[in-house]
Amino acid sequence: MSLERLNWRGRLTCFLGIVWREAVRFAKQRERFLAALVRPLVWLFIFAAGFRSILGISIVEPYQTYVLYEVYVTPGLCAMIQLFNGMQSSLSMVYDRETGAMRTLLVSPYPRWFLLSSKLMAGVAVSVLQVYAFLAIAYFWEIQPPLIGYILVLPALILSGMMLGAMGLFLSSAIKQLENFAGVMNFVIFPMFFASSALYPLWRMRESSTLLYDICRFNPFTYSVELIRYALYAQVNWTALAVVVGVTILFLGAAIYAYDPSKGLIGRKR
Amino acid sequence: MSRGCGENDWLGAERGVSDAPCLRIASVSQSFGKVEALKDVSLEVPEGRFVALLGVNGAGKTTLFSLITRLYDNVSGTVEVCGHDVRREAGPALAQLGVVFQSRSLDMNLTIRQNFRYHAALHGIGAREARRRGDEVLERVSLLDRAEAKVATLSGGQVRRAEIARALLHDPKLLLLDEPTVGLDVQSRLDVVAAVRALVAERQVGVLWATHLFDEVDDSDQVVVLHKGSVLASGKASEIAGDDGLSAAFLSMTGASKAEIAV
Repeated sequence: MSLERLNWRGRLTCFLGIVWREAVRFAKQRERFLAALVRPLVWLFIFAAGFRSILGISIVEPYQTYVLYEVYVTPGLCAMIQLFNGMQSSLSMVYDRETGAMRTLLVSPYPRWFLLSSKLMAGVAVSVLQVYAFLAIAYFWEIQPPLIGYILVLPALILSGMMLGAMGLFLSSAIKQLENFAGVMNFVIFPMFFASSALYPLWRMRESSTLLYDICRFNPFTYSVELIRYALYAQVNWTALAVVVGVTILFLGAAIYAYDPSKGLIGRKR
Repeated sequence: MSRGCGENDWLGAERGVSDAPCLRIASVSQSFGKVEALKDVSLEVPEGRFVALLGVNGAGKTTLFSLITRLYDNVSGTVEVCGHDVRREAGPALAQLGVVFQSRSLDMNLTIRQNFRYHAALHGIGAREARRRGDEVLERVSLLDRAEAKVATLSGGQVRRAEIARALLHDPKLLLLDEPTVGLDVQSRLDVVAAVRALVAERQVGVLWATHLFDEVDDSDQVVVLHKGSVLASGKASEIAGDDGLSAAFLSMTGASKAEIAV
């Protein structure tokens, strides 16, 4: 092969190829798409409807009036889609590693940080599509943020998708073997989801337990949710933005380190 | 054609970097905790040569392959592909390298062409060019008519041949195959071996073929015998075999039992 292909044009081809593969795989797994859509819809249609009578949400930022519980919970469900997606793609990395598909990726002549970031971006692209599909349905359930919110939420979704994907990527380097999804669900997804501001405002949480309140405040997922919530109502939550960017850098760095051939963990454990 | 690793650019003009062999491994050792997987291993694969790496399971073949493909780095010694050190110049080294891993690595849910397109992209080759090259190599391994078939529908031998074709998509100068015939029936094994030999001759690719099956080795091949992480012998197959044949020579050298080599 020619070494000229190692230039930026070649890299772009490589990046597009990785995204393309993810898209093709995604298109083939229609059940996965439906499952990813049904999960938040069940929460929205059933859980939120039941909760709405118990939990009245008073005025909290960024909302300007009292909002229905369904409205409050929607950004959290968007983040949940991305959480599941990030963890699922991390598990597929572990699976790839076992089947050898991962090694196909890693023998590409491009730098490893580039390959891993491309893989991450491809996963984020898929999760963003899923969120928009969910928001489109939610619109008919009278969750109607301002139109501009649908545009402004895009960068928020990309960032929060990056963060959750980077966490998954790091997790994939730490998981030794492919175990079933239930383990990740019980120990990562559920705790992160429930101990966050996705389902209830944090001040409510403080009323019941300050310890839980602190846990929620240190949960990066909370900031993912808040970033999306504010963006959807055309505002920026700077704290959330800073935390999401910071955690992304931290975990992506850790994942790249873990996959680095001279320092990393991959392959060493056999 | 230069004797070393000529690097062709887009126009096919030769820039002949050096006379470096396709693969040069010099005094490489590797341990996992207390287990020494490789002890001071040295070997070379010259351009256009078929080198068989003979060893029973656990001899260190897969570890060696992991180092060459840079799954992890060698701590001691040197690994060079076409004169490029895999640690210091990973990009250029990996660009000259085609690999067929022991485990199946094609995406079962995609077609051969889709797999090829992805692989080509990983090497910076665009979709159209990927298709042209893909069809060319598929033709050579008699799989062109299955190009649009899902990998899951192919037989074991076909998958292997497709993987070999894929490994050659980006025109590597060195082809690594880690026990490519494991789990295949006799006819498929012969097909795979024949396909690789034909491609080596045609494209002047250097091949490192890891195996424990002696009938895949020809008299004129170079052979490297790896046992418990050390190179016990290397040279022309006919010379190592002597009068008793390769498998007898291997057994007496390594003290391995017949069962281990599964002849």
